[in-house]
Amino acid sequence: MSVIYVLLTISIIVAIIFFIAFIIAIKKGQFDDSYTPSVRMLFEDELIKEKPKKTLLTKKD
Amino acid sequence: MDKQTCFHCGLDASTSHIVYDEKSFCCHGCKTVYQIFSENDLTCYYDLQSAPGATPKEIEGKYNFLENTKIIEQLLEFNDGATQIVTLYIPHIHCSSCIWILENLNKLHPSISTSTVTFGKKTVRVSFNAEMLSLKNLVVLLSSIGYEPFISLDDYSVGKKHIDRSLIYKLGIAGFAFGNVMFLSFPEYFEVGEFWLEQFKPMFRWLMFAFSLPVVFYSGNDYFVSAYKGLRSKILNIDVPIALGVSVLFIRSTFDIIFNLGSGFFDSLTGLIFFLLLGKFFQQKTYTFLSFERDYKSYFPIGITKITPEGKEESIQVYDIEKGDRLLIRNEELIPVDCILIKGNARIDYSFVTGESEPISKQSGDKLYAGGKQLNGIIEVDVLKSVEQSYLTQLWSNDVFKKDKELSFTNITNQISKRFTISILIIAVFATSYWLTRDSSKALNVFTSVLIIACPCALALSAPFTFGNMLRILGKKKCYLKNASVIEQLAKINTIIFDKTGTITANKETAIEYEGITLSKEEEALLKSTLRGSNHPLSRSLYELLNEHDILTLDTYHEYLGKGIEAQHKKDHIKVGSAPFVGYTSETVTLNTAVHISSNNTYKGKFTFYNAYRKGLSQLFNSLKQDYDLVILSGDNEGEKDNLTKLLPTKTKLLFNQKPEDKLEYIKYHQSEGANVLMIGDGLNDAGALAQSHVGIAISENVNVFSPACDAILDASKFNQLHHYIKASKMAINIIKWSFLLSFIYNCIGLYFAITGQLAPVVAAILMPLSSISIVAFTTLATNMVGRKLE
Repeated sequence: MSVIYVLLTISIIVAIIFFIAFIIAIKKGQFDDSYTPSVRMLFEDELIKEKPKKTLLTKKD
Repeated sequence: MDKQTCFHCGLDASTSHIVYDEKSFCCHGCKTVYQIFSENDLTCYYDLQSAPGATPKEIEGKYNFLENTKIIEQLLEFNDGATQIVTLYIPHIHCSSCIWILENLNKLHPSISTSTVTFGKKTVRVSFNAEMLSLKNLVVLLSSIGYEPFISLDDYSVGKKHIDRSLIYKLGIAGFAFGNVMFLSFPEYFEVGEFWLEQFKPMFRWLMFAFSLPVVFYSGNDYFVSAYKGLRSKILNIDVPIALGVSVLFIRSTFDIIFNLGSGFFDSLTGLIFFLLLGKFFQQKTYTFLSFERDYKSYFPIGITKITPEGKEESIQVYDIEKGDRLLIRNEELIPVDCILIKGNARIDYSFVTGESEPISKQSGDKLYAGGKQLNGIIEVDVLKSVEQSYLTQLWSNDVFKKDKELSFTNITNQISKRFTISILIIAVFATSYWLTRDSSKALNVFTSVLIIACPCALALSAPFTFGNMLRILGKKKCYLKNASVIEQLAKINTIIFDKTGTITANKETAIEYEGITLSKEEEALLKSTLRGSNHPLSRSLYELLNEHDILTLDTYHEYLGKGIEAQHKKDHIKVGSAPFVGYTSETVTLNTAVHISSNNTYKGKFTFYNAYRKGLSQLFNSLKQDYDLVILSGDNEGEKDNLTKLLPTKTKLLFNQKPEDKLEYIKYHQSEGANVLMIGDGLNDAGALAQSHVGIAISENVNVFSPACDAILDASKFNQLHHYIKASKMAINIIKWSFLLSFIYNCIGLYFAITGQLAPVVAAILMPLSSISIVAFTTLATNMVGRKLE
């Protein structure tokens, strides 16, 4: 019977954890710029370029 | 390999013949940037977007003021001696390549540790080691790769800006609570009546109560504050019935669960506030990269070169300029104060300040006004007045810049809400008194139900969603409005006032006409070769106009300042310049700028420079003339009067030689006679008029560069669409009226349940979201249909 109390406590704790995560995310400014991160995440692979000329040639084809 | 366009910036490179690494470039500047990138393995820059770059500009000495520690201190966000952090505004940021290169600045210079781009604001935040790289060198580095930062007086002492994120918090909390309350009230909706659930009902209800507490007291507190403020100034704004509805919902629900009368209306309560905040969030669309509040500060430089009595050059802060100081103004630099020209050839472009279209030559001893831009080499000046006291900046001490246009205006929602609130209260009182005589136990129930169901959720949502969507649609069409109230104001306009220079004329282009004896081929070739050597703006425009000719090597060449040019090639002799200079005496007085030509001492003719008007100007005026009074207020002389009368509808009023204050007064006068004025301008000289008018629209060739304080910024290429945008804002008002009608129908249905005393929580829980969502859907669809008609 009292298992519902346990369940409720757990579900509310989970909800509050997510809620705190949301507050922290705002505080860190994650909601300030909604565009740049979407572009930035695509860059990671191209950071190091050994032979730049090669890529330039492939681009032209 | 494509030989036609520059690999770096995409400009035409067919005539430059600069080829490096099998790629053609339009100039050496672009080539250098490419070299820098390829040496540092950063050519990926060109893979992300083709030709993303900008040509680096000549910046010699321009950033010397960044050596001044006082100025540096004000610009830095963080400074502990070694590590410094600065946020720079770079107008050129426009694509993913820009983000990539600017976030890889550490590859270009080892002392830069991180750099982060905020695309929306076009800023880059750089942290760097100050011991190895000074702020000045950082700026020079950025400029050398085509990303020149824009540093103006506005950046001075900004320090750390406070970002207001409270709406996101409030929205998040309301959404969180709304979702949870909805789940908790599910058993109540279906009235399953199981023994097991019945037992836990009180606990579920108290949990809902707990969730609604932060929603009412934190998320919704703006509505209470605004309602209180409205009531105190005796205005029944839309927030009054909202605040009333929210408090009644909360009190009645709490009452219900305390005495175990029902489950309360916590789901409707949290949902209501969530939807209202969502509307607010939606309307809050702002163009972060544009600024509508700019004054002269964002146009003026932050530092300037002062020449000390010992003859040394020293960078000082603009506010530190004192009367009697000797200043050095470089080419393309702005004159920050009123001063007297001492040394050098001054050719000052005042187009931004006064609206005069041609640069003016000044001799030493002449007075120069603040705001002009020097176009011709280095000059030295003596300061007459400090920055705040200069002619131009004094305009900003006028009272119009202090008042807030939005506050002095009752918007459409508040107009309706006044009647709405009163009628709701009357209905509530009547219904209650009716039930008091019939069944007094139900009276209180009915009273609260009326106030709950009448809570104008749909009413309050229709304006934010319509305007929010309209702002977005117009923004896509390159017409950027400051806020939603601009749309309402725009719909009410009956008088439109235009500035001339830069507004109805294109800034860069001039139309040139030749009158006189036709020049022979040889003469034209000689003329072109002569003009080639001159830096005078008129010579440059004329040079561009003439056909291609072989460049002749001139035997002699002389430029007489303020008069003209004289040149000799073999036997041919040419004189280009003002009428007296070329020996033309029968010059009738003309106000248009003209360049006269004489060849071998015989007068040939003159090139007259006319303003080039924007495309579609005539059509625009003709379509506007039926509904609006049209006026042109120009700071320029009457030279274009004949041209304009030919082009524009006859009833257009034309006024010339208007000073900035005159424009402001003209608008004020017409407003006092009941006109709703739309002012369209572009420069600082229109700033007062833009602020005074009901709606001020700034025309801009490039929305990223400076435009004066205004209510809207319109891209110059969309100038001819102006009438459509005004029509669209009128349509938006109609859409809102229709959605008011729709929400009124919902209210009638709800009131039926409330008055008859049968408002169950489940009815409220269905009716409220249903009305809100259908209003949102209706306004969004309708505005999108209006938007589709726009070009």
